[in-house]
Amino acid sequence: MLNAIQTKIEVQQVLDRVEALWLLTKADLLTVGQLADAIRLKKHPHGRVTFVVDRNVNYTNVCQSQCKFCAFYRQADAADAYVLSYAEIFAKIAELVEHGGTQLLMQGGLHPELKIDWFEELFREIKQRFPQVQVHSLSPAEVIHIARLSDVSMRDCLLRLQAAGLDSVPGGGAEVLVDAVRNEISPNKIGWRDWARVMEQAHAQGMRTTATMMFGSKESPADIVEHLQRVRDIQDRTGGFTAFIPWTFQPGGTELGGETATGVEYLKVLALARIMLDNIDNIQASWVTQGAMMAQVALFFGANDLGGTMLEENVVAAAGCSFRLSQEEIIALARSAGFTPAKRTTTYTILQEY
Amino acid sequence: MIDFEALETSLVNGGRLSDADALALFASPDLLRIGSLAARVNRQRNGDRVYFNVNRHINYTNICVNRCTFCAFSKGADDEGCYTLALNDILQKCSEATVAGATEVHMVGGLHPDLPFDFYLEMLSAIRADNPGLHIKAFTAVEIDYFAKLTGQPILTVIRELIDAGLGSMPGGGAEIFAEVVRQKICPEKISGARWLEVIETVHQAGLKTNATMLFGHLETAADRVDHLARLRALQDRTGGFQAFIPLAFQPDNTRVPGARGVGGVDALKTLAISRLYLDNFQHIKAYWVMLGLKIAQVALYFGVNDIDGTVVEEKIGHDAGADSPQLLDKEQLCSLIRKAGKQPVERDTLYNVLRVY
Repeated sequence: MLNAIQTKIEVQQVLDRVEALWLLTKADLLTVGQLADAIRLKKHPHGRVTFVVDRNVNYTNVCQSQCKFCAFYRQADAADAYVLSYAEIFAKIAELVEHGGTQLLMQGGLHPELKIDWFEELFREIKQRFPQVQVHSLSPAEVIHIARLSDVSMRDCLLRLQAAGLDSVPGGGAEVLVDAVRNEISPNKIGWRDWARVMEQAHAQGMRTTATMMFGSKESPADIVEHLQRVRDIQDRTGGFTAFIPWTFQPGGTELGGETATGVEYLKVLALARIMLDNIDNIQASWVTQGAMMAQVALFFGANDLGGTMLEENVVAAAGCSFRLSQEEIIALARSAGFTPAKRTTTYTILQEY
Repeated sequence: MIDFEALETSLVNGGRLSDADALALFASPDLLRIGSLAARVNRQRNGDRVYFNVNRHINYTNICVNRCTFCAFSKGADDEGCYTLALNDILQKCSEATVAGATEVHMVGGLHPDLPFDFYLEMLSAIRADNPGLHIKAFTAVEIDYFAKLTGQPILTVIRELIDAGLGSMPGGGAEIFAEVVRQKICPEKISGARWLEVIETVHQAGLKTNATMLFGHLETAADRVDHLARLRALQDRTGGFQAFIPLAFQPDNTRVPGARGVGGVDALKTLAISRLYLDNFQHIKAYWVMLGLKIAQVALYFGVNDIDGTVVEEKIGHDAGADSPQLLDKEQLCSLIRKAGKQPVERDTLYNVLRVY
């Protein structure tokens, strides 16, 4: 099997599901890592490891979706439920700009009252005040929720948000793109087809997006392969994904509970993603869920990007996982592993090498 | 550049890794090839088995006359937060350990200015009397040397008295890094590397097994690491008394080593792998999860490691220096980590007798 897979990779043929599943469940970790590392090197021969200076702003923690893997959401009447005011959001963005940040990753719960005009006005004001900031915000689940709440089509919703200042869409809420898994861990969230529909619409409008996968909860290895296949198929149609970001379920304080994926499982899935998604340029290592040591090792298992510096992060922290890294630490992490650290924009334009 | 194929042929046929090749491996960017090679050598020696034990750490005192700059655990006798456990507390912890199924108690502490040698002898015999099934693995070479100074007796006499009182084996602490220049900077008052090796050689001659450690990721160079490994390999050739080698990743928080940053994941794995390749006369290479974290410790099982330490229960030294690993793991968690890495969990006793294959 390994020889057949190696040959396919050499001639840049797509692996089928059986081969991918074999790599995930049967192959030696370092063998899979070496296959992924070779692809990474071919795609990024300059040895650069990139990152973006960004901030996560979670405009509300009120969420109607109430996914079982999430420790961040609150009911609307909870004591610590909140919606940030425009002023609070602007203050956070100002701080981001002071730190040389270029990317605003604004996401929130599915709030029962925040309609499209709230976001349109917010985005317009942000663009006016902070024209240098890339608004990389909302996820497919939010887009569909806002559209329904505002009684507009998903397409119109996304067009209006784009016109108001939404530059690109992060790939959150993908979880595992298999509805049987979604029904178990996030029964109230959109199905995988809706996630794909929003992404394809965003790409059709010229917006770039990322794609994520949250694994280590209830999915099987075959579900992981299916997820990668579906992301791959969308990319074949649109070419709109800039990066793929696998990260692991964090059980602390969630309804689902249990344990997270181990280090070996993380690296294997990461490497498989690099191998299967050869039509996506960048694979991100998740230092937020894996820690600095693992993120550095991930650079040898297919990852070429360390994501954002995340001046602020709330969602993963709510589940008891609170790794923090400064820009200096991210630079040192990449450099001491033998790579050239580089600051990038959301769309992977290099701003500065270190 | 390294000729990996030639190196592999040599190593699997019993060739020894040269110092020059070890240095070249430290300089090589090819993490996964180094890892694969170490994994192959380990598989040849230990198969798919990964050892752990059910143990408990007890640090009887943090008062230490040495003030090593890399250490966040030690205190002066008048400092806030200093402590010395009473014998009853120690016995209580040992009984708890026995009830919890522990087969080993791992005890090290500071060099206390006032505790007499008899305190340690009484501690050992009281633990043994209460817990006949519990193996006592205790004291570093640094402490043994200190006891010899305290009593004015030769090392061999000190060790024999400790063995008579119940000492079963010794851990490998206090080795830090043998190279003199760096050792002067990180632990100027501690016994020299040469003395550490001399004490351990005597311990081995007295019939006790020990481990060996190396503290890395502070100020040392790759050459210092290879020098450290070379001295251990040479001693092991003479005595055969070492069981496991345990590279300890320096934890920088609350310590006083200027310019030291700690250990990256890549360096940690590479160091474990090169240790496996270099120390061909050591049966076991251990990933100490307290300092590496569970994720890296598990990944290390693909980089030549065949031992993942124990349940630990209460760890102070690494955690005082900022280690963010848990305080304890239960047997099921350790087994699950090993199994999810595709390896076979084996519970061992301190002397690597197999207690149970999972």
